[in-house]
Amino acid sequence: MTTTLPTDQMIDLKRGMISREIFVSPDFYRGELERLFTRAWLFIGHESQIPNPGDFFVSRMGEESVILCRDAQGTVHVFLNSCRHRGMKVCRYEQGNTSLFVCPYHSWSYTTDGKLQGVPLYRALYEGTLNREDWSLIEVPRLAIYKSTVWASWDPAAPDLLDYLGSAVDHLDQVLDCRDGRPGGSEVIGVHKWVFPSNWKFAAENFLGDTYHNPSHRSVDMIGIGPSAQRGQKGRRDNEYNKGQHVWVGHPAGHGMHSVLMPATMEYESSYAQYPVVDEYFRHCFDERKRRLGEKACLLPFTGNIFPNASYHGRQPRGICVWHPHSPTETEGWRFFLVDADAPAEVKDVLRRFYMRYSGPAGMTEQDDMENWLYATAASRGTIARRHPFNYQMSMGAYKTNDPLPGDVSLQITEQTPRNYYRVYASYLNGAPWDELIGRPLVQAAAE
Amino acid sequence: MMRSLAWYQLREEIEDFLYLEADLLDQRRFKDWLDLLAEDLIYFMPMRRNVKFGQHAERENTKQGEGISWFDEDKWTLGKRVEQILTGVHYAEEPLSRVTHMVSNVRLLDVRPSVEDAQEVTAGCRFLVYQNRIEYENFTFVGRRTDELRRVGTSWQIARREIILEQNVLLAKNLSIFF
Repeated sequence: MTTTLPTDQMIDLKRGMISREIFVSPDFYRGELERLFTRAWLFIGHESQIPNPGDFFVSRMGEESVILCRDAQGTVHVFLNSCRHRGMKVCRYEQGNTSLFVCPYHSWSYTTDGKLQGVPLYRALYEGTLNREDWSLIEVPRLAIYKSTVWASWDPAAPDLLDYLGSAVDHLDQVLDCRDGRPGGSEVIGVHKWVFPSNWKFAAENFLGDTYHNPSHRSVDMIGIGPSAQRGQKGRRDNEYNKGQHVWVGHPAGHGMHSVLMPATMEYESSYAQYPVVDEYFRHCFDERKRRLGEKACLLPFTGNIFPNASYHGRQPRGICVWHPHSPTETEGWRFFLVDADAPAEVKDVLRRFYMRYSGPAGMTEQDDMENWLYATAASRGTIARRHPFNYQMSMGAYKTNDPLPGDVSLQITEQTPRNYYRVYASYLNGAPWDELIGRPLVQAAAE
Repeated sequence: MMRSLAWYQLREEIEDFLYLEADLLDQRRFKDWLDLLAEDLIYFMPMRRNVKFGQHAERENTKQGEGISWFDEDKWTLGKRVEQILTGVHYAEEPLSRVTHMVSNVRLLDVRPSVEDAQEVTAGCRFLVYQNRIEYENFTFVGRRTDELRRVGTSWQIARREIILEQNVLLAKNLSIFF
């Protein structure tokens, strides 16, 4: 694809207007697949899904199926799920354990480190021509594991994952770390998968800090479905953050989130009040985290999106969502639910029940999101509709850079995070170099 | 179980109950429907996985009581779902979907203590649920159900419902209806 996409015309950040075209146009969609999903770091899965040698979990990168796999030596790989001979999927199970990936078509087989092992009738048909070494499964050139989460990029020149995440990692840590402040230690307890007729960016944007869409969740807020709802608490979660300063933060590489800065004097606010064991667990974790992290404990998460399509919910509920593109107007949502791996059984049980009633297509809160994304997409297709851009003018200019946190920080609800996201998005579609994509020279990033 | 007259009568009684229940849902009489659910109800819809031959019994369906399923909930939660629809601002069901529940292949899998004195019945059936929404949205949910029913006076209550939807990736944007 060599055509230039009219990004300047479609994404007018000075005036705060973005064309509907980027949410419906096949040209932009193709540009995304070829220039964005082939370069950005994408979320693949979690090590808890593949604890043992031979374990695999089939994931996606853009539109394509990939296999996340731990080989016989324990090394983690990500392969394109497609035989080198005629392209058939070599793995059509979602998750499991194997010593070989055998293609159903002509029975070429690959070991768990991706090497081509079996080629039927090799001696008679291929000897002297086919060099097995050259025909391994296609492997991502860049793979990184951060606190058990596995990420990959198709661009050999991509910066290291931590340079790509930049200061967004401080917020992502609040999702991945144990509730008591120990680093990492989460596990995936299930993955929702569903398709919905919407552009994938609506979903990503929702998590970039679109706190403004709260009214669409009025029904759950009225009836109360949170972890303390049976104690008469209204709302969709507990009010843990009443005393905090809400912040909306955009990062140079396009990540954005809504987090909270609690006062240093913060005390535990009772949560999960109808389950004393769980309330006690979170009280313990809160105190322990404060002791362990000191001032850093003041940062707590709501939602965020790691560019381009890995979103998270930080606490109530807690998990990572990935928005896989199917077409300009169809998306496959995956939601990985997280708990502390060593949390007591009763705590895990209460959490999973809350996650299920809150999240995903069966979740009382998120059903209303899907309704919005669907009809926002559908109503943007029209010839006349496409002549009229979306308004992204909220809180224009109302942010400070690196104050009080790294990034562009707004203390009020803002569309600075999506404006920042689409600035980076345009850079990808224009084939920008990495220092532009992550907002700083790569050399400097490497030296830090 | 022997196909006695009592057995046929019981099966008809159970069928009638399941049809009545489906009708309450299709008529959007959600509160009346809730009255048919036992206080200790378990309402469970697993997710289905693509697994290797021989692993289906163990790994195909997510399990009740552990991890994440589409639904693994109690009567309180279902009551909340009804309450949410009745707010009139649950936009995934506002305006309300048009829904028809087809129930068929009703079988008596277990009757306790006896067919003549049936207090608890495990009934299997197939369902085909059609959901039509706003103007152009259509969803079809097809699968199997296993219901544990308890006799209460002259009628029945649902104590446990397992819903096996024949899909892997959910091919609907939402599960905003009842099964």
